[in-house]
Amino acid sequence: MDRIISMRHSYGEALLDCGIKNKKIVVVVADVSSSVKTDFFEKRFPERFFNVGIAEQCLVNVGAGLSLEGFIPFVNTFAGLLLRSFEQIRTCVGYAETNVKLVGGYAGISDYKDGATHYSICDIAVMRSIPNITVVVPADATETKKLVCEIVKWSGPVYLRISRAETPVIFGDNHKVVVGKGQIIREGDDLTIIAVGVMVGRSLLAANILEQEGVKARVINMPTIKPFDKYLIIETAQKTGAIVTAEEHSVIGGLGSAVSECLSQSYPVPIEFIGIKDLFVETGTSHEYLLDHFGLSVNDIIEAAKKVIKRKGNIK
Amino acid sequence: MNTIILSFDKIEGGSMKHYSKKLIARLNDNANQLRIDALRMIYERGAGHPGGCLSCSEIISALYFHYLKIDPQRPHWEDRDRFILSKGHASAILYAALARRGFFDIKELQTWGHPNSRLQGHPDRLRTPGIEMTTGTLGQGLSIASGIGLAARLLQQKWRIYILMGDGECQSGIVWEGAMMASKYCLSNITAIIDYNDVQLDGFCHEIMPLEPFIKKWQSFNFEVVEIDGHSVKEILQALDVTKEIHDRPSVIIAHTIKGKGVSFMENEAKWHGLAPDDEQYRQAITELKGEKNG
Ligand SMILES: Cc1ncc(C[n+]2csc(CCOP(=O)(O)OP(=O)(O)O)c2C)c(N)n1
Repeated sequence: MDRIISMRHSYGEALLDCGIKNKKIVVVVADVSSSVKTDFFEKRFPERFFNVGIAEQCLVNVGAGLSLEGFIPFVNTFAGLLLRSFEQIRTCVGYAETNVKLVGGYAGISDYKDGATHYSICDIAVMRSIPNITVVVPADATETKKLVCEIVKWSGPVYLRISRAETPVIFGDNHKVVVGKGQIIREGDDLTIIAVGVMVGRSLLAANILEQEGVKARVINMPTIKPFDKYLIIETAQKTGAIVTAEEHSVIGGLGSAVSECLSQSYPVPIEFIGIKDLFVETGTSHEYLLDHFGLSVNDIIEAAKKVIKRKGNIK
Repeated sequence: MNTIILSFDKIEGGSMKHYSKKLIARLNDNANQLRIDALRMIYERGAGHPGGCLSCSEIISALYFHYLKIDPQRPHWEDRDRFILSKGHASAILYAALARRGFFDIKELQTWGHPNSRLQGHPDRLRTPGIEMTTGTLGQGLSIASGIGLAARLLQQKWRIYILMGDGECQSGIVWEGAMMASKYCLSNITAIIDYNDVQLDGFCHEIMPLEPFIKKWQSFNFEVVEIDGHSVKEILQALDVTKEIHDRPSVIIAHTIKGKGVSFMENEAKWHGLAPDDEQYRQAITELKGEKNG
């Protein structure tokens, strides 16, 4: 995890690569092309690139229209701004089941200079509650590239959540990601840390420190939040008996909720939630700073792990 | 700007294509039949939107019984014209037209809104043959049409995209986002038709949120504007001809209509926007419509 690579850059490159191979890919953007790195595609394929201006509702519907005729539109803006078109996403993408790939850039609190208007801490909750929409969140630059290729092949609406951050590279080139599947990326049997996005790297760091203290944490990377890999989650609850979820999103409605919904029906175990605690995060000096100061630090994960193991002990 | 405004007289002369009296009479009959079908559906279901169905009957008739290139046997035929009912609440009249054109059995109209029916309250593209796009939340049609229009251009296809909007619907910001999109990309393959009946859910458009100067609005968004009497089949056909010949911008047909047209007590009454008639009202409405047809 020494190499640091920008996820949005990796997204932009992947989009261009896929666009070279697949002429059905078209790109629609709402005046943030150079920010979310669709400009690589734009320069190479201007005829398959459409800028709708600052018109997020139109953005989504233009994508829906293109998909009706067999194109695979990648529809781009900041995740927080995409929510302006919630109704279009529900009706014209989810309900109408159009093959639109919605891409929310600058997700979570990664746009640290711009503050709460630009953060996106409810997007997973919102997207996950819309029938038919697949929700994917890559953990690093490698996984971003792989996921872009995967969702081109995936038929149906997808929400892809991309961070603005430059994050440590976790996965090598042989990393495999399958839509709908989570993966164990570190073994352990005292508890499981289930993480998405930038919190995957932090969870691995936390697991390393916990090991030095004699706690063996399993770490699961959950790049697809919907459809949810229930079997893996139930198996891990049975095996480790305690769970910490970690996400750069509100603790309401995201990964933690998905895990709770799954386990409360099938195999309840103690769960602790790492996420943004139902508040608007302020502007910061860096993304890392914000994560560290709003409950998403490596230490917060470690504390949650210790707490959940104690709760597990109390149940026995 | 070479905008053509067809006043109701001017359209008579000039170089307009001639449509036979026979064709026009047939399309008027079709329109009347659609009115009767839609009202019957709304009456039997005890729900629906009579006012906005009756105001667009001639428009739907002209499109579905003459103008659109469609094939009921092949709803997904690649070369078909695309039609989107952006004012999706007028679903009853669209379903009636699809059934009368043979997209599905006329008896299926009775299932509208019932459990397991292919005919949902509002149009659903995944369930009903002939429905191009799911609608019901107002405002979507023009921006979706823009996406389709761009696709048609990329695919070098000649078919056209028609949408029907309500006037109240045009209060929605997304309509104007779609308008900017269509004109930025000079999508001359789009014809938007506006059912300008000046009545919306709560009352008159000109009181709730005035649209005027409406023609100027569309002109300033760089649309070709054609203004017609939306109950004249002939003007509808000729206006559609005009928009087909525009090659550098999208077109809009502003069709002046009467909400509830053809049923005296429903005309111009916001009350009849979304209300089903009771037994007596239904009987009277049908008597009026049948009388009109025979008279
Ligand atoms: C976005 C949205 N807001 C509100 C409604 C509820 N609604 C259904 S029809 C209607 C009035 C429509 O008026 P208009 O567009 O003029 O249609 P018409 O008069 O032709 O029936 C309203 C407010 C809706 N369907 N969608």
